[in-house]
Amino acid sequence: MTYDATTYSRILTELTLSFHILFATIGVGVPLMIALAQWIGIKRNDHHYILLARRWTRGFTITVAVGVVTGTAIGLQLSLLWPKFMETAGQVIALPLFMETFAFFFEAIFLGIYIYTWDRFKKPIYHFLLLIPVAIGSSASAFFITTVNAFMNTPQGFEIVNGVITNIDPIEAMFSPSVPTKVSHVLVSAYMTSAFVLAALAAYQMLKGKNHEYYKKALKITMIPALVFSIATAVVGDFSGKFLAEYQPEKLAAAEWHFETESHAPLILYGYLDENGEIKGALEIPYALSILAGNTPSTEVIGLNEFPEDERPPLYVHYFFDLMVTLGVLLTIIALLYAMWLRWKPRLAHHKWMLRAIVWSAPLSLLAIEIGWFFAEVGRQPWILRGYMKVPEASTTSPHVGTLIIVFAVLYVILAVGSAIVLRKMFKNNPPEKELQEYSMKHGGEIHVS
Amino acid sequence: MSLELLGISVLWIFLFGYLIVASIDFGAGFFVTYSEWTGQKHVLGNIIQRYLSPVWEVTNVFLVFFFVGIVGFFPKTAYYYGSALLIPVSISIILLAIRGSYYAFSTYGSKDNKWYTFLYGVTGVLIPASLTTVLTISEGGYLTITDESVSLKLTELLTSPYSWSVVLLSIVSVLFISASFLTYYANKAEDTRAENLLRRYALGWSVPSVLIAVIVFYMLKSQNLEHFQQMVDLAWMFMISLGFFMIGVYLIYKRKAYGWAFTAVMMQYFFAFLGYGASHYPYLLYPVLTIYDGFTNETMAIALVVAFIFGLLLLIPALYLLLRLFLFNRDYVKGNE
Repeated sequence: MTYDATTYSRILTELTLSFHILFATIGVGVPLMIALAQWIGIKRNDHHYILLARRWTRGFTITVAVGVVTGTAIGLQLSLLWPKFMETAGQVIALPLFMETFAFFFEAIFLGIYIYTWDRFKKPIYHFLLLIPVAIGSSASAFFITTVNAFMNTPQGFEIVNGVITNIDPIEAMFSPSVPTKVSHVLVSAYMTSAFVLAALAAYQMLKGKNHEYYKKALKITMIPALVFSIATAVVGDFSGKFLAEYQPEKLAAAEWHFETESHAPLILYGYLDENGEIKGALEIPYALSILAGNTPSTEVIGLNEFPEDERPPLYVHYFFDLMVTLGVLLTIIALLYAMWLRWKPRLAHHKWMLRAIVWSAPLSLLAIEIGWFFAEVGRQPWILRGYMKVPEASTTSPHVGTLIIVFAVLYVILAVGSAIVLRKMFKNNPPEKELQEYSMKHGGEIHVS
Repeated sequence: MSLELLGISVLWIFLFGYLIVASIDFGAGFFVTYSEWTGQKHVLGNIIQRYLSPVWEVTNVFLVFFFVGIVGFFPKTAYYYGSALLIPVSISIILLAIRGSYYAFSTYGSKDNKWYTFLYGVTGVLIPASLTTVLTISEGGYLTITDESVSLKLTELLTSPYSWSVVLLSIVSVLFISASFLTYYANKAEDTRAENLLRRYALGWSVPSVLIAVIVFYMLKSQNLEHFQQMVDLAWMFMISLGFFMIGVYLIYKRKAYGWAFTAVMMQYFFAFLGYGASHYPYLLYPVLTIYDGFTNETMAIALVVAFIFGLLLLIPALYLLLRLFLFNRDYVKGNE
């Protein structure tokens, strides 16, 4: 491969983002789950939930640290790899970027306080209250940064007169048309993923033969939100389809291999394109694309052929889209099965196959996040700022990006391995049974340890 | 005050904030590692851990705040500095990433790992060195600028005596600022052994920090005469800085009022930093970019200023709470909580 600064810059950005997004997603969702556990623990005066919140917090400190440092990396890489994009877009979209640092600042301060004040307040509810700014700060960070991504997809709030940006309206730019669907999709999918990841931890222990009440409670308090948020993710996903049909039809068309503009359009699932560009081996659901795009079979869906060839996203985004949706459906089924069994056949809710499925839900939901972002980003190609600036116009001209790809790849491997080792050690040497026993010895057997 | 000046002043103050909090953090890393070599880790480990644990992330945000802010107020900096600094800033990112994550790993995960301590100490010295290259480059002469591209003359940067003197200044300053703060903190914690050790460090690094600052000042003459002249015109600021330096060192030497001593050290750096910044005005990058031609549009600037004011209204009480609970809480500092 000959050196091309743009391609290499894309690879490095993809590398950093796909590593960062795992930690960022957990960073957005886990505070909410900790808050839920601590709240229930305080309300029901049940130490199991408090311990759950406490143990999650410990693990969270590690993922937050990696999230912070990789977030700093991507923040700087935006300017280092895409200097011309930042120079141009910065004039219009700097506001939410700036506000994101405030949200993050706020979160960091309260997280620092929260972690170190578990036993400092007489009334536990005061300690719980410290978590609220953390949860708000992390979700607000996600909100602000997603508005920037939304702006890249549907830029507005400025005019270009003779090549100069004028008439700038930062608020209009911040609330571009893709904000509602994008932000809600990012938030609910982050909550969903975090719930699945935490559920998988409990399920894994139960599979290994642990049968303490603690794990069953942990499973329930994570899987029920997982169900709620996976359904919410699907609903928002449907809205996203309608949004794309109206504002970014080329992205939807590429995702669906929909070439000719027509009504009663079928939805193409999987398949492949032969040498003549014909779709082979796909599953066709009649009218489904029209319904996705506009709720009725008669909705006309714009096809990819309406766009000049050099403004079409690559056709492989079809697989990203299908995989994302498939994973979403699969995850919803896992959560639904658990909930139904828990309600009607509680014995089956903890059956080893159910637990195995829940363990798998963690990597699958993280994979869905990755694939979803790949779809969102590759589906915007060739634009970095849709309709205004293409990716090659934006990138650095430095000849050193190739070396940096290797260096950063090594860095992320080190961080991944390091955090895995530390997390494993942290929980393995200090199982919840031990902590519960210590607690009940200290508090004179208020809690049953069975 | 014009919006341009307001913008750069706000950013400069935040950068100063980062300089102080980050110096404390970086220097602490160095001292812990150094004291481990000399078999005195037990003296410093605890005190430094108690201070750093709740605040390290906040330190990092100061930096993020600065670079997001400067790109917001002055988007052209993204083009010039972004294009030129790929290598040096990437090095900083990697060092910051290693430092931040391994700090968390060792604090919340496995304790007392020699390898972590080593990384923590080394990065504490290397990060300020790599970050200050940005200031060095801003003096001009290290970039090749054409219509299509901006690139860094790496060899020139690496062989420039000015560049190395700035690196040296940053390291020595980090150690001096850090030791003066930690002396105060150890004193508050009533940890006499740590206090004595840190006081020695503070006094040891005090005079070198000023000597190297003077060397940098003379080196600047050949690097950027215009800037040098303007610094001479603002000599009174550096005199005030020197005055605060003498107060700070005197108090530390006399073992008196460490809190005031550290305040004096902060003021010393505040005036030096302000003098440097003010004499740099109006250039963001000599000689191609000033704060006026690199400025964003007025609408965005006002929006950013408004966001900044609301942000501060949220942050100041939050920061106060943080300091109240950890820094100025006698029981916490002493390790009773």
